[in-house]
Amino acid sequence: MSLDQLYQQIILDHSKARHGSGLAGIAAPEGASTGQSHQLNPVCGDEVTLRVAVEDGKVAQISWDGAGCSISMASASVLSELAEGMSVAELHEVIGKFREVLRSRGKIHADPEILGDAAAFEGVARYAARVKCAMISWVAAEDALNQAS
Amino acid sequence: MAVVSTPATLERALPAMDNAEVLRIRNDFPVLDQFVNGRPLVYLDSGATSQNPVSVIEAEQEFYEQRNAAVHRGAHYLAVEATEVFEDARQTVADFIGADFAETVWTSNATEGLNLISYALSNAALWAAQGRGDARLKDLAVGPGDQIVVTEMEHHANLIPWQELAFRTGATLRYIPVDDSGALRMDLAPDILGERTKVLAFTHASNVLGTINPVQELVSLGRKVGALVVLDACQSAPHLPLAVKELDVDFAVLSGHKMLAPTGIGVLYGKQEFLDVLPPFLTGGSMITTVTMERAEYLQAPQRFEAGTQRISQAVALAAAVNYLAETGLERVHRWESDLGQRMVAGLESIPGIRVLGPAAGLDRIGLAAFDVDGVHAHDVGQFLDAQGIAVRVGHHCAQPLHRRLGLTATTRASAYLYNTTDDVDAFLDAVAGVRSYFRV
Repeated sequence: MSLDQLYQQIILDHSKARHGSGLAGIAAPEGASTGQSHQLNPVCGDEVTLRVAVEDGKVAQISWDGAGCSISMASASVLSELAEGMSVAELHEVIGKFREVLRSRGKIHADPEILGDAAAFEGVARYAARVKCAMISWVAAEDALNQAS
Repeated sequence: MAVVSTPATLERALPAMDNAEVLRIRNDFPVLDQFVNGRPLVYLDSGATSQNPVSVIEAEQEFYEQRNAAVHRGAHYLAVEATEVFEDARQTVADFIGADFAETVWTSNATEGLNLISYALSNAALWAAQGRGDARLKDLAVGPGDQIVVTEMEHHANLIPWQELAFRTGATLRYIPVDDSGALRMDLAPDILGERTKVLAFTHASNVLGTINPVQELVSLGRKVGALVVLDACQSAPHLPLAVKELDVDFAVLSGHKMLAPTGIGVLYGKQEFLDVLPPFLTGGSMITTVTMERAEYLQAPQRFEAGTQRISQAVALAAAVNYLAETGLERVHRWESDLGQRMVAGLESIPGIRVLGPAAGLDRIGLAAFDVDGVHAHDVGQFLDAQGIAVRVGHHCAQPLHRRLGLTATTRASAYLYNTTDDVDAFLDAVAGVRSYFRV
């Protein structure tokens, strides 16, 4: 497994683009119910604060603030793009799939049909120490969803 | 079996270490001889844990193959043998750090040693309040209104036990801050310590900055106010000659696994006058004189602080590690590693976008360097280096407050030991030079 399979171009791009970042500057859609979660990785100090806005059973918006490595920042960026427009149930399912792939130590392949750009994180599963980096924003989203719905 | 440190005069007569000697040393460390991700392993994480020479691994194995028994009990042959090598090991380690036999207490690691002191001091308050034990406990006890002083550069192990001691006793925790370069603000120190300062705890060498702190100056500040002086020798004992009695500290702690020994063994040094009167931290078997159903009387140090079956094989292995270091000569090791540290810093400072923490090139430091790469998180730096077989530490290195003070959350740290060559440092520097372009910064 080469380093380039871990740091795929799509991950490096997202780590700089950071879609959905800037929590304070982005207002939640009016009338939407929101949930917010703060997650911290005590090993490296990476952290993410993520807010989910739900409207009519669908994810209207994900916005977040965070500091961390390229994997954690890219993962939050991909998630916020991917989740918008999904139903709450769909997002829960996608989070479940993502977790399954990442915890599989490389045994379960990511389905791009379901995971979209997030399938690029498949390579992270082979680096046990980095799984938390990729998961941190998804754990925050799961927690925030439970509060919003 | 006991080998004392090479006398300083003899050591000075020995030639300085060089790469040829280090290559011979490396033959004693089997773990270093392997490929990682297709490259020869470059191990630069000895600040976290060091590797074991064959003599240490064999000492532990030999103990289990030939002498394993519980110590200080039983009259049979193996029990006597085990007790003898266990106590010989204590003498070897005591000699190595310039302490007396009875002042050398086995612990699991430095963290346990620091917790032991902090609990002994709050237990002292409980004992003194009930008139139990020696009359001197009243002076040692930490209570409401007292102060404990640490520094802003401490490893969490030399910070949190003191926070908790303050919490248990109602004392206040104060600290000597660091400046932007990470040096202790010694100009402020005299005003931070006061008449009520009962403990002054600080690290000998910083695990992040690589600085060697002014121990003498700090000890004399502590003496002026009658504080107990506690030295964290985790990053110094493995790398430079340490003489705790000469330094005149009251307590010192170290971890065996950072000095060529296995995990699970450490040492607490304490002046006998304190160790013999302080209440124990852990209680149970092997540390008592008389036990009734109501109460117990305790042995003096070191057994007073060694409750339960001890880490016998690890103690024997630590003695073997100390012998290995003594035979190489710590003054020589220190000079070699200082050179490696200087090479790291000079090299890192010449790479654009790198900020090295601690003293600039040319200034004293031990053989380690922590640094920030502009635009690239430390985890990514570590991953990039690992792909080239280079092992470094990433994160806050158990020093969150220091990182926060320097405006960082995580850094990358390379730390050398006596088995690292200048080629190791150069391979590391070459790799670091490629980090920012790989991550397109």
